[in-house]
Amino acid sequence: MSNGNMNLTLKVWRQKNAQTSGKFVTYKAEGISPDMSFLEMLDVVNESLTKKGEEPIYFDHDCREGICGMCSLYINGRPHGPKRAITTCQLHMRSFKDGETITIEPWRAAAFPVVKDLAVDRSAFDRIQQAGGYVSINTGGVPDANEIPIPKVIADEAFNSATCIGCGACVAACKNASAMLFVSAKISQLGMLPQGQPERWSRVQSMVAQMDEEGFGNCTNTGACEAECPKEISLTNIGRMNNDYFSAKLFREERVHDHAE
Amino acid sequence: MSEFKQTFNSSLGKKLIMALTGLFLCTFLIVHLSGNLALFKHDNGQAFNAYANFMTHFPPIRVVSYLLYLSILVHTIYAIILTVNNRKARPIGYASAPKSPVSWSSKNMGLLGSILFLFIVIHMKDFWFKYHQDDFTGKSTHVIPFKEYKTDLVTGKQISARDLPPGDYNYAVFTEGGIETMVAKDLNQTVEIAFKQWWYVAFYVIALGALSFHLLHGFQSAFHTLGWIHRKYKPIIYFIGTWFFAVIIPLGFAAMPVYYFFFG
Amino acid sequence: MILDAKIPQGPLAEKWSKHKFNLKLVNPANKRKYDIIVVGTGLAGASAAATLAELGYNVTAFCFQDSPRRAHSIAAQGGINAAKNYQNDGDSVYRLFYDTIKGGDYRAREANVYRLAEVSVNIIDQCVAQGVPFAREYGGLLDNRSFGGAQVSRTFYARGQTGQQLLLGAYSALNRQIHNGKVKMYTRHEMLDVVKVDGHAKGIVTRNLKTGQIDTHAGHAVLLCTGGYSNVFFLSTNAIGSNVTAAWRAHKRGAYFANPCYTQIHPTCIPVSGDHQSKLTLMSESLRNDGRVWAPKTVEIAEQLRSGKLKASDVKEDDRDYFLERKYPAFGNLVPRDVASRNAKEMADEGKGVGASGFAVFLDFADAIKRLGQETVAAKYGNLFDMYAQITAEDPYSQPMRIYPAVHYTMGGLWVDYNLSTTVPGLYALGECNFSDHGANRLGASALMQGLSDGYFVIPYTLGDYLATIGPKPVDKSHPAFEQTKQDVLAYVNKLLSLKGNKTVVEYHRELGHIMWEYCGMARTEEGLTKAKALIQALKADFWKNAIVTGENEEINAALERAGRVADFIELGELMIDDALMRRESCGGHFRLESQTEEGEALRDDENFAFAAAWEFKGENQPEELHKEELVFENVKLTQRSYK
Repeated sequence: MSNGNMNLTLKVWRQKNAQTSGKFVTYKAEGISPDMSFLEMLDVVNESLTKKGEEPIYFDHDCREGICGMCSLYINGRPHGPKRAITTCQLHMRSFKDGETITIEPWRAAAFPVVKDLAVDRSAFDRIQQAGGYVSINTGGVPDANEIPIPKVIADEAFNSATCIGCGACVAACKNASAMLFVSAKISQLGMLPQGQPERWSRVQSMVAQMDEEGFGNCTNTGACEAECPKEISLTNIGRMNNDYFSAKLFREERVHDHAE
Repeated sequence: MSEFKQTFNSSLGKKLIMALTGLFLCTFLIVHLSGNLALFKHDNGQAFNAYANFMTHFPPIRVVSYLLYLSILVHTIYAIILTVNNRKARPIGYASAPKSPVSWSSKNMGLLGSILFLFIVIHMKDFWFKYHQDDFTGKSTHVIPFKEYKTDLVTGKQISARDLPPGDYNYAVFTEGGIETMVAKDLNQTVEIAFKQWWYVAFYVIALGALSFHLLHGFQSAFHTLGWIHRKYKPIIYFIGTWFFAVIIPLGFAAMPVYYFFFG
Repeated sequence: MILDAKIPQGPLAEKWSKHKFNLKLVNPANKRKYDIIVVGTGLAGASAAATLAELGYNVTAFCFQDSPRRAHSIAAQGGINAAKNYQNDGDSVYRLFYDTIKGGDYRAREANVYRLAEVSVNIIDQCVAQGVPFAREYGGLLDNRSFGGAQVSRTFYARGQTGQQLLLGAYSALNRQIHNGKVKMYTRHEMLDVVKVDGHAKGIVTRNLKTGQIDTHAGHAVLLCTGGYSNVFFLSTNAIGSNVTAAWRAHKRGAYFANPCYTQIHPTCIPVSGDHQSKLTLMSESLRNDGRVWAPKTVEIAEQLRSGKLKASDVKEDDRDYFLERKYPAFGNLVPRDVASRNAKEMADEGKGVGASGFAVFLDFADAIKRLGQETVAAKYGNLFDMYAQITAEDPYSQPMRIYPAVHYTMGGLWVDYNLSTTVPGLYALGECNFSDHGANRLGASALMQGLSDGYFVIPYTLGDYLATIGPKPVDKSHPAFEQTKQDVLAYVNKLLSLKGNKTVVEYHRELGHIMWEYCGMARTEEGLTKAKALIQALKADFWKNAIVTGENEEINAALERAGRVADFIELGELMIDDALMRRESCGGHFRLESQTEEGEALRDDENFAFAAAWEFKGENQPEELHKEELVFENVKLTQRSYK
């Protein structure tokens, strides 16, 4: 199966489901190639567990090219492991030393309950988006695309915010388990673009209200989120969200959920 | 829930309160430091004592001072509320120590704030409370004695400064034949005594170190919370936060006990 | 059964507008009486679910991921075509239609492709209105880039993340409808069967991947938007979870499967580094603009390169074979995807492949760096170079890249008529899941266009016609078909769980992939395919005897999920081989060695194979029956492609 010569010790969080409590279990990962991705290393461990009739380690993953945002491991004290600006699936075993002990934990947050082993429930993120992360237009009847000119600098900056993959590393990294980087990225993207203006002031209120309801912590501007974000979403987004929120609350007519039908 | 309450009960609202009270406390630090510079004046404490009296008796400043006390309390209470919330947001912690690359001060605002709170309590007990003790208790305890200064108004030079014996005095300034006489509580003496104890000086220096790190993160963080983060002025805020609030202000304050210990 | 594609009469350019007028409408008050099931939330699924909900239908949507935002549409890099002609370079709906049908090697339906080109312009408007941050010029207007197979600049893009941005746009529209209560979203749910009542699709059976609960859901129509089946090759650029299960189960319930052997193989992927590899990563086609493809001239040098005794940069110029430039002097390194892919495979088969495995050729930028300077090359391709270095730990600035073709899209899929209806009334297939628009080869930047076209602008019209015909009577969930189908699924799940052999499901999947890649990949022969069929049948028998499926149903069970998907891939694999065997012509990226020109180029056989092959399931282990939909070309002239 495997074709390498690295041997590692894994301390992996195992938890049957949300109702039961979990614990760390130690596994040996042997014959690991430095060219494997971190998830492929886990695949190797899982294959051998399966052969022994034991239950494989469950973790979320899908695209394995760093864009779907599904993989979510807290590796040796850092979300997505030791390297900057990548997801776990893009992390390769050459970033580790032979013989190293690697501790693998799920994202830890009250709003992200463990589903099983290393997978957590991030539906809170979806609910925040549902609260207002959109432009309320129906299909059809929209103006020609070039009737909405947008300065390049604004389009680029909105794009930078829009690259968020919703993996939750920001929450995992934040010492307060705050979701503000995630929430502010969407608020910023739509808040900067002309298409997002009509709902700008209600959107920020609705999304922040939902974020609070989900039980995330508060931002202390520490910046761990920005440092760990695989897409390097900037902390500036949080500032923009704050600004919009206070403007909305203090000076605007719109209220929460104004835009909902 | 009214919109107002809703706003300030939200996560962002609570942070806004932290930011606003924090920044208000920053402005107080400027006033406090500039006034306290009088301690460095070799006039037997005349300027400092006059300043202390002014700060405690001029009505508008008294109002502001109450705002200040309130700010300290609110800043502390909201820090506790937010910390409790934040703990609740992560009921099960990580087994491995977080290694994300972030500044030490930003991770330890709670610890730094706690040191500062302790410092403020002791500082106010030793100076503010002693200064006000008579007002509160309604009788003369002579915890802080009065001092009388005479100044030649023509030359502007101090002629004499003498400790007054225990008795009922009030702050007073009067002029007679070109000589100004000032009677004031001698807080300066309290300062001198306090700053002659090495452990007291050490405690101040540590607390001001904590202040430095607290402001290093706190000042720019407050602007971030307010959303004033435009790239054009963000560097200025960082510069002020670092060099003025985290370096000059704590150094200025720390210089006082150190100066009095060695040279006072 | 005679396949009726229901292509509207009349001139090509008027077909769709005429058809839209002729379709029955559901009146606004009645729309809320209809329940629609949408399976899959990629570009096609999310856009369809959102649009139908906006119209007033009650939509229930399903995805197997933890969030609709994770569908694999998100990984599309390059861009989306639209006949906007913003660049004033001669583009038009007709030109986009023509390029697409020609790019598909004349194996797609004219009417569908024309409609696709026609609505492409609406897609861009829609996405921009949603706040999708497309690349822009300094003047604030939209930017375009050019793409393979076209001579105009019509590709809209958002850096290298166009799929992500379009999907997040559709996801936001979907979220709005979830918020409004018009869409009920089920995540971590996998569809395992279609419920048919009196021949019509009336519901689905799902497994809740968190709890194992098997449930039935009823609706007036079922829309499958479940993507492609590249993972039948085990290694592909698809997500690990991408699977054929929903489409395959529908196929077994009567939906014909069309052109299953049509798969697209992309030439510039990062090669396999070892057996452990779980997926392949694509690098943009644009690299071939400046990179030169080569392999060593002799097997001896290749061996030295493979063992690491020789560095690529040290291979003498005389010992290098720039095989694309040699064979195709006119197009050189810019030959279409299929030609580049096939030639790279040929090199590897001749023993001239490089890299530890021998399954790679070089893509060399040394000349470009010498000509343009490293800085310019970095500015153009920096992110791709970084990605390459990240994965391989090699510096592509000093050593040539190693590349190898990989499967990344499947043109085949459920057969649908012009209305996107499968052969089961009430069952629709949208996006990559259907077979309709790309023929035997898909042009770059057309997949996103098709997914969104189907979801935003086609199904909202065509579905109404069917719904108006059947009427708004509630679907009776107490009909025995629901319970029966559920029991079938339960029995199937239990059968999988009873497998306690000695070989993991992943091992079977990998073996299947080897067979498919070897015999049903870029180059095919009668002999090889026949052998592959026997291999797959043996593999299937072995799977049902010796596979291990751990755990139980009532929990999260990744092994069980994978087992069901692999079992379906094995069956699909066999059908793909049948289809490839039947198609004795070379078309698109599929090279039948028996059908080539004297110069060794692909030779299409329009006389005998200008049809879509739709396969009908006839029962377990029974040969499937072939139905032909003859392709009529009234507007384009069929020509042989040549890149010499």
